[in-house]
Amino acid sequence: MQEVSVSVRKLDLSFGAVTVLRQLDIDVHDGEFLVLLGSSGCGKSTLLNCIAGLLEASDGQIFIKGTNVTWAEPSERGIGMVFQSYALYPQMTVEGNLSFGLKNARVPKAEIKKRIDYAAQVLQIEPLLKRKPGALSGGQRQRVAIGRALVRDVDVFLFDEPLSNLDAKLRADLRVELKRLHNQLENTMIYVTHDQIEAMTLADRIAIMKSGAIQQLGSPDEIYNRPMNKYVADFIGSPAMNFLEGHLNKGVIQVGEHGFPMTGYEFVDGNATGDVWLGIRPEHILTGDGTTNAAFQTTVEVDIVEPTGADTLVLATLADAPFRVRMDGQARVRPGETLVIGINPAAASVFDKESEQRL
Amino acid sequence: MLEDGPRGAKPKKRFSRNNIILYGTLLLVAMYYILPLYVMIVTSLKGMPEVRLGNVFSPPVEVTFQPWVKAWAEACTGINCDGLSRGFWNSVRILVPSVLLSIAIASVNGYALANWRFKGSELFFNILIIGAFIPYQVMLYPIVILLREIGLYGSLWGLIMVHTIFGMPILTLLFRNYFASVPEELFKAARIDGAGFWGIFLRIMLPMSLPIFVVAIILQVTGIWNDFLLGVVYTKPDVYPMTVQLNNIVNSVQGVKEYNVNMAATLLTGLVPLIIYFASGKLFVRGIAAGAVKG
Amino acid sequence: MSDEQTNADRAIADAPQRKPIKWLRYLPAKIASIPMILTAMVVFVGGSVWTIVHSFTKSRLLPKLDFVGLQQYERLWGTKRWLVSVENLAIFGICSLIFTLIIAFVLAAMLDRKIRFEDAFRTIFLYPFALSFIVTGLVWQWILNPDFGIQKIMQGVGWESFTFDPLNNPDIVIFGVLIAALWQGTGLIMCIMLAGMRGIDEDIWKATRVDGISTWKTYVVVIIPMMKPVFITSLVLIAAGIVKVYDLVVAQTSGGPGIASEVPAKYVYDKMFLSQNLGQGFAASTMMLVMVIIILVPYAYLQYGGRQRG
Repeated sequence: MQEVSVSVRKLDLSFGAVTVLRQLDIDVHDGEFLVLLGSSGCGKSTLLNCIAGLLEASDGQIFIKGTNVTWAEPSERGIGMVFQSYALYPQMTVEGNLSFGLKNARVPKAEIKKRIDYAAQVLQIEPLLKRKPGALSGGQRQRVAIGRALVRDVDVFLFDEPLSNLDAKLRADLRVELKRLHNQLENTMIYVTHDQIEAMTLADRIAIMKSGAIQQLGSPDEIYNRPMNKYVADFIGSPAMNFLEGHLNKGVIQVGEHGFPMTGYEFVDGNATGDVWLGIRPEHILTGDGTTNAAFQTTVEVDIVEPTGADTLVLATLADAPFRVRMDGQARVRPGETLVIGINPAAASVFDKESEQRL
Repeated sequence: MLEDGPRGAKPKKRFSRNNIILYGTLLLVAMYYILPLYVMIVTSLKGMPEVRLGNVFSPPVEVTFQPWVKAWAEACTGINCDGLSRGFWNSVRILVPSVLLSIAIASVNGYALANWRFKGSELFFNILIIGAFIPYQVMLYPIVILLREIGLYGSLWGLIMVHTIFGMPILTLLFRNYFASVPEELFKAARIDGAGFWGIFLRIMLPMSLPIFVVAIILQVTGIWNDFLLGVVYTKPDVYPMTVQLNNIVNSVQGVKEYNVNMAATLLTGLVPLIIYFASGKLFVRGIAAGAVKG
Repeated sequence: MSDEQTNADRAIADAPQRKPIKWLRYLPAKIASIPMILTAMVVFVGGSVWTIVHSFTKSRLLPKLDFVGLQQYERLWGTKRWLVSVENLAIFGICSLIFTLIIAFVLAAMLDRKIRFEDAFRTIFLYPFALSFIVTGLVWQWILNPDFGIQKIMQGVGWESFTFDPLNNPDIVIFGVLIAALWQGTGLIMCIMLAGMRGIDEDIWKATRVDGISTWKTYVVVIIPMMKPVFITSLVLIAAGIVKVYDLVVAQTSGGPGIASEVPAKYVYDKMFLSQNLGQGFAASTMMLVMVIIILVPYAYLQYGGRQRG
């Protein structure tokens, strides 16, 4: 049983009449990298700020390393935090920024120096120590921001969309550095983002949030391959999953004139019947040679072709609904042509039409 | 399930030490600010015997509006004894044309500077801005000579002209900054549609700049109504604006000082800008801040 | 190569060869700017130069161009009244600056704390700014009146020997004027500072909370340095107002007792229009201009010199 580092129990938060967090329960394992993922307004930042102690909950409790910190000040919770805008103190040098909190807490000078040297070495910011934030690049500032959390010698790091202010290339580079950092430090890290790529690449586990509640908490693999509801299935994956409306009866889903035999699909409830959503990812649709052994095959007419270099995205129509297929970048398809596709039910997801839960 | 121990929001003491210090200090300071207003009102509603018996803070036992009537209709300035009402109407007659003229000129100038820059326009504008910093005293006498030459020295229209001139730097800056913040695409589209200088100004810019005009009006009304120096230099006693007359009434009286009448007169003079202030709320702050940001 | 191109070329060649004369371009804009240009040149430049030139003359009742070099200035700096004026301005100026900045900042910081009734407090602190200096001067003259004002009240409360009569005490009368000036001027500076504080990234506050820095320490060590531009603007505003102080003194003390609360602006007016000594008035007003320049030059350097370096 893994040790729990941060524990949130029945957290409620309302601003006046608006409920932002509902009865949230989550346990973060010691040393894990947990990502809170969701679109704006879902409550992920609010949850992070509650854990940090910057926001007060209306009800519920928060535990960090076994201690009830619900009423504790942020500086007393054993956390370090990195903000989207870095929030570095502009008129102090990097060294000043790193030591400010420690000096305020009357940490002895020698200890401060030791911690700064350690952080500077880990984050490779030694040559920047005498510079001011204004003279640093975005990536350097971000590392200093992490450094400020690092010198606090804490167990838990909180990240509030730290890469959102950077351009795409820098974001990709820093993502790798963050992953390397986590491998090296092995601290618990809770990370908020709206970017699913960041979530999938960095996380040990992802918590997808919507309207103040957690939709699914699981490893990237689980979330990608076994989404527990339609929202999660739709959120993860780019291009998004295809959804077909159909009716499930005795293991066969009838979509228009097509009957999909769901052999090989792991049902949660094997006896389920009724109206369903059948979800298939564009990248799981078989084309060319792969179609021969597929459990289900059909021919579709190609509507629009979008070549992206690495892939070719084909928009076709299946059972009167738009349907995306992802093919290899070298595939040559023209609009108006017909395309043979195959589907293996094992890779699909079935959701109840009403409840949108996985069947 | 929840364990024992802290849960939910931390209970906050309403009367925590910090809160007491904070609100206490604010209240004390607020009293320092409200005091004069209170004193003005209270003194102006007392009869003179009561004034002599009490102090500035004591509320009136017997409320009387006599001082107000006297201040408005009977107070003497030089040979005229028709009260502050004379100064009031002078101020109004000075205010309205000055505000209209200065804003009309400055808005067109600001618009021209923002969208129709020509060679030398920036230079003249910079001179104007620097001019805003020059103390009035340096330009007082040359303007006297100018006004004498055109025969307006000592008259209402002379003062109106002066207010218009001195209002230009700040107002032009205000309007220029505002019009410069209007997206250039709007201007370009209008030119493509064939509109010219005045067309664009009257039909496109004006209708969408109501807020800045309100700010400019507030700025000018407050500044011109409260002015004293220009009033006292450029007018003769029968066209004194209210502020000049007020100072005259209070400080030039020999003999018995009627404090209640004085306070009533003071309050009357401050009433117009105060009403504007309380009515316009946030706009007032914006206007003053805009006027305050020079250069 | 195509028909389109040759047609286009021909059209351009056929167009009327009429380029607008340079100075006719933007004519309406130029005409509309005439008032501004006239004002700038005639009044501001012309007027100032005229005054400065005439400060070197012997003008008394009427301006005359008989030059006497620096005589007016020698006379000026030998006149007790002028020296008192300048001294008063210095004391008043420095105190006004320091106290306004401190009071305005503290009030703004308190209002920044997201308190209830913030709007009400702000309205109260700012309303004096809407009043004329004459009104301010007169009401504070009344409040500081020894027979009915604060002195009487304190004595009435039992403190028999309490004296607080600044307006009749030549040594401290300038502080009586200061109290009134602070009452009127701090509100505006407070609003400007409050706006500056509100413009600071909220995440900075979060960072200091996580670092465990106390609120007031955050204000002093982190926030104030971040508000440098606001402080500079405030400084310039206050300074510009100080040099011009006139109405307030005229109303509150009439320069008295005696000449104890004289200020340069009053000296100028009195010499020019009451004592019929134009030359002295011109010299004094030129000195006022010099004072303003002394304030502005460091400001301009701070604003623009810094930019060139950075």
